[in-house]
Amino acid sequence: MTDRTLRGKVAVVGLGETTYYKRGGSDDPEFVLALKAILAACEDAGISPRDIDGFSSFSNDRSDPSRLSAALGMRELKFANMQWGGGGGGGSGAVANAAAAIATGVADCVVVFRALAQGQFARFGQGSKSSGVSGDGAYTVPYGMMSPAQMFAMRCTRHLHETGVTRDTYKAISLATYEHAQNNPRAVMQGRPLTPDKYDEARWIVEPYQLFDCCMENDGAAAMVLVSAEKAKDMKQAPAYLLGATAGSEYRNAAPSHNAPLYATSSFTSLAPRLYEMAGVGPQDVDVLQSYENFTGGVVMSIIEHGFCSHEEANDFISYDNLLAATGKLPLNTSGGNLAECYMHGLELIVEAVRQIRGESPNQVANAKVSMVTSGPMVTPVSNCIFGSQETL
Amino acid sequence: MSNSTKTNAYLPEGLPSPMPSRDGLDTVYWQGLEENKLMIQRCNGCQNWQWGPEWICHACHSFDLGWAEVKGEGVIYSWERAWHPVHPALQEHGPYIVVLVELPEAGNIRMVGNLLGDPEQDIVIGSPVTVVFEHHPDAKVPFTLAQWQLNTPS
Repeated sequence: MTDRTLRGKVAVVGLGETTYYKRGGSDDPEFVLALKAILAACEDAGISPRDIDGFSSFSNDRSDPSRLSAALGMRELKFANMQWGGGGGGGSGAVANAAAAIATGVADCVVVFRALAQGQFARFGQGSKSSGVSGDGAYTVPYGMMSPAQMFAMRCTRHLHETGVTRDTYKAISLATYEHAQNNPRAVMQGRPLTPDKYDEARWIVEPYQLFDCCMENDGAAAMVLVSAEKAKDMKQAPAYLLGATAGSEYRNAAPSHNAPLYATSSFTSLAPRLYEMAGVGPQDVDVLQSYENFTGGVVMSIIEHGFCSHEEANDFISYDNLLAATGKLPLNTSGGNLAECYMHGLELIVEAVRQIRGESPNQVANAKVSMVTSGPMVTPVSNCIFGSQETL
Repeated sequence: MSNSTKTNAYLPEGLPSPMPSRDGLDTVYWQGLEENKLMIQRCNGCQNWQWGPEWICHACHSFDLGWAEVKGEGVIYSWERAWHPVHPALQEHGPYIVVLVELPEAGNIRMVGNLLGDPEQDIVIGSPVTVVFEHHPDAKVPFTLAQWQLNTPS
């Protein structure tokens, strides 16, 4: 069954992003942000928006693909796909779904996008304002466990307890990510560098997370154009080929009230081996990693679960120097990511992974050929993907 | 065993109140709490413990699920101390502790609750805790929460 793979069959050929704003900072409504990112991605790819024939998104994006299709005057809509699950766990999954549609002939030119205007709509980081709660929420919310930070801190406390990994790894991730943002003109936090003292002195949000362990909340949109590898050869940009992508989670990951049997994980333990198998590479081959940071603790677990180091090695391996694009063994979140570029629900990380293959990152890793993304630690489903340059095929 | 009860709430009033699920899935649980009983779902077929409740047993796929009262003795499996208020009712409150309690007496299922006592106390994973029924009789629709206190308060 060697043909049952996505390896090398589909490529990203266009990238588009709006200006990234602080939450509530966009004058454009969310749908307009989506349109602008899609048009920018088409221009980058050198195609007409009418050439798009499918959309793929995640996390219940509100910009409906049929409305987009009508607004853009697309000739035909062949694929309208939503990856289930909240949070950023669906980012790479949306890429996988788009690629699967193209590889199997369901559609020819699919745009993966995500648009957010948290000023126009509700914020993520706040508890419910309703007077009552039932179902699974009733077992947590009345105890003041309401926000994403509060839902995931519990897993991270257990992880630190079980493994002996320390919060210094959290700090290294935050500092390296902010450092990368300083070179990125798109980054909301460019010009606002983070120092070790500033990190240490920041207030607790919920132990074990301090302020700079937490992602931002932003307005903006990002989009990417995917076509078949065959078609990609003759297009304007150097293709970033999809080598592999997986989505899902472990056995009973969603057992209510924090009853996942494998609790102290970022949900990737069953996905990582499948990703490497499809991509035909291992962690030692990965030149640069974009790892979704809702909270730094989830990045630590993602790095370990994807085999870049063991729990025992983590305190040494996950260091500031090791995560920098210029010097590190594992350059991480080279655009500034959700912490310091923009919380575009992790799609900005996938865009950055493609830029690394093109050689266009603000923190370019020399000769990057294998570029990996992990989307949405600690939620379910999570997802991941690997892009490769022409020579990896 | 002596069930502890209290009516002074650990967290301020105004947070969303728990309501039994409309489909009836967890009515027994919420009624049990009001009567100072901790009821956990248990499969009548294979005796598997299950929490949160579901319509089917994940071990044997039986729909014949029952409820068993447990003593309410557990150990702290994980914890967090929340500082940043994410709800208007918590604005001036200050930190509070949420614990994840494992119940060896019920197949090691876990329950979320608050750890009573000093919100700035040190917390040790593995510490034994006992349930305390926190009644909210003055709520618009009265309810009871299952809270936890250390067997040997620090």
